Amino acid sequence: MEEVKVNPLRKGIKNDNLPHFFCPGCGCGQVLNFFLTAIDELGMDLSKFVGIGGVGCTARIPVYLNVDALHGVHGRTLAWATGIKLTNPEIPVVIFAGDGDLASIGGNHLIHAARRNLDVTVILVNNLNFAMTGGQVAPTTPGHSVTMTTPYGSPEPPFDICEVAIAAGATHVSRQTTARPVVAINAIKRALQHKGFSLVEIISQCPTQFGRYALKSGSPLRSLKWIEERSVTQSQAQKLTPEERKDKFVLGQFVDIQKPVYAGSSVYEGES
Amino acid sequence: MAASKPREKRVLTGVHFMLGNYAIVEGALAAGCNFFAGYPITPANEISERMSERMPAVGGAFVQGEDELCSIYALSGASLAGAKAMTATASAGYNYMQEGIEYAAATETPIVIVDVQRCRGENFATQADVMQMRWGAAGDYEMICIAPSSVQESFDFTVRAFNLAEEYRNPVVVMSETTIALMRERLVIPPDDQIAIVNRKYTKLNPDKYRPFAAPPNGVPEAAPLGKGYHTLYSINPHDEMGGIDWNPEEYDRLYKRITGKIRENRNKICTTQSFHLDDAELALIAYGSEARPALDAVEMARESGIKAGLLKLDVVWPLPEDHIKEVARNVKKVLSVEMNIGKYAAEIERMCCGLCETARATKNKGLVHSPEEIYSTIKEVWR
Repeated sequence: MEEVKVNPLRKGIKNDNLPHFFCPGCGCGQVLNFFLTAIDELGMDLSKFVGIGGVGCTARIPVYLNVDALHGVHGRTLAWATGIKLTNPEIPVVIFAGDGDLASIGGNHLIHAARRNLDVTVILVNNLNFAMTGGQVAPTTPGHSVTMTTPYGSPEPPFDICEVAIAAGATHVSRQTTARPVVAINAIKRALQHKGFSLVEIISQCPTQFGRYALKSGSPLRSLKWIEERSVTQSQAQKLTPEERKDKFVLGQFVDIQKPVYAGSSVYEGES
Repeated sequence: MAASKPREKRVLTGVHFMLGNYAIVEGALAAGCNFFAGYPITPANEISERMSERMPAVGGAFVQGEDELCSIYALSGASLAGAKAMTATASAGYNYMQEGIEYAAATETPIVIVDVQRCRGENFATQADVMQMRWGAAGDYEMICIAPSSVQESFDFTVRAFNLAEEYRNPVVVMSETTIALMRERLVIPPDDQIAIVNRKYTKLNPDKYRPFAAPPNGVPEAAPLGKGYHTLYSINPHDEMGGIDWNPEEYDRLYKRITGKIRENRNKICTTQSFHLDDAELALIAYGSEARPALDAVEMARESGIKAGLLKLDVVWPLPEDHIKEVARNVKKVLSVEMNIGKYAAEIERMCCGLCETARATKNKGLVHSPEEIYSTIKEVWR
């Protein structure tokens, strides 16, 4: 009888909760894989983690992980994490959030958790639209894109979530894409090792919604190529004029500094 | 480090002359509250302010959230991580918090919310949010709401609120009002060994045997600690006994029957009432919160004028104390609902009295508590 080979990362997956609900070609499955690879390569104990997901496609990632998980409310991931970390700072918390969850409905929590330097890792899967609800415009959708709620093209300029987080005081910020798995895994590894608020943005393909409506193609490969064509490293970006840089995804690690982590109000003995 | 070493006593045993809002803080600390998150709003600010001083001093964590949503969800995060968690807000802030209350109810996470009810946009007295506190959030759930009438009850009922939250793994609301919150009265805090404390039951099973949401019908599942390998999914979505998201209609039915049944069907354990002059009463007033006080005065005025009146004071407003109200309705000719709003809970009381006795209402919606004379004049109108 032929031996059945099992992906060694399957040990991090809750088999009871399979099959997953991601569309064929979705980047969320890739990011789940990146995360488990990062944990595995770092030799971290996944079973000690709390995974948090709000609402959306990305938010389902922790549902499939062998961790304690909080799930199912839109945009409040960092609020939950605030309660967990102030009660038990030893519990490692990883948040999987889509761009709608983190930057639209959860935007207020994002800037304040970054400002406080809450000690969590946020993995933002930015697929440039509200995908689970059917492909509506998001604060990250590139200007002029056609979506289900911008049939004439989006009239709004998009957010750069990394810049928002940096401005708010995040201590570790980087951006990669699903088209560059190795550097994306390395970025997640660095974020997981960071003490303080870390954000890894991963630009991801959504062939079902953003691909079909904005890029006029349901092909995952077409979406990935579109992301890759627009991707530049920080050093490449420096050589571009502001006009040339406008529609590009600048990749790399933008911030990595140490600041005291947030622990809530305390009464220190013999305070200075 | 969230917690510093305690440098103050948790339980301030002794006799005090204390503000209602402060009594709630002391009740929470006596009950073991070790996490507080809140967002400024009048007339609940004294709770946050005293908590910001007292909580770190007893070794707990205090956070002022960036909004009500941060505060209410931080409670669930803290509670799942093992804390006894509380927030305090007032009517408009409670609106925002409904979202997080829905999550706590669906995932059976014990949290305590203080709602100091106020009039829309202003800080006058009201009981206008009594229905919102029951079913304001989306989806099927039942709330436990406990309504103090005095500063002493603000302390006592806050202790009970934590105990009920832990026992039933449910959000519990301390339904305060501007009237009681900003009033100073005598408060007796007993020695800490005389304050009954209930803690949630944690599983003794190993992770491989643990079924996170398994419980008998109308029962409460055992909790598991966070980050210890139990790998529980706390999702607001319909879930089966293992916690997995499950769209099977039978699982859905079983889950919602249980999380509502554990409150409804245990109502006679949860609900307490206080009876005044009801033994021979022909007219029963039913009131809760601050309105119970002028109602009792009015009952005594009625007695002096020869009307056999009595009062049923409801300590717990939700779950509806159906059996307590029906028992009174069976023994009187008429029930008079006393309430400080357009008449909301009155409809629930009348539903219980249907076919048992006549009903009438004394409702007032002017941002002021009833005076005893006002209620007495209604008694004279409806009692002929």
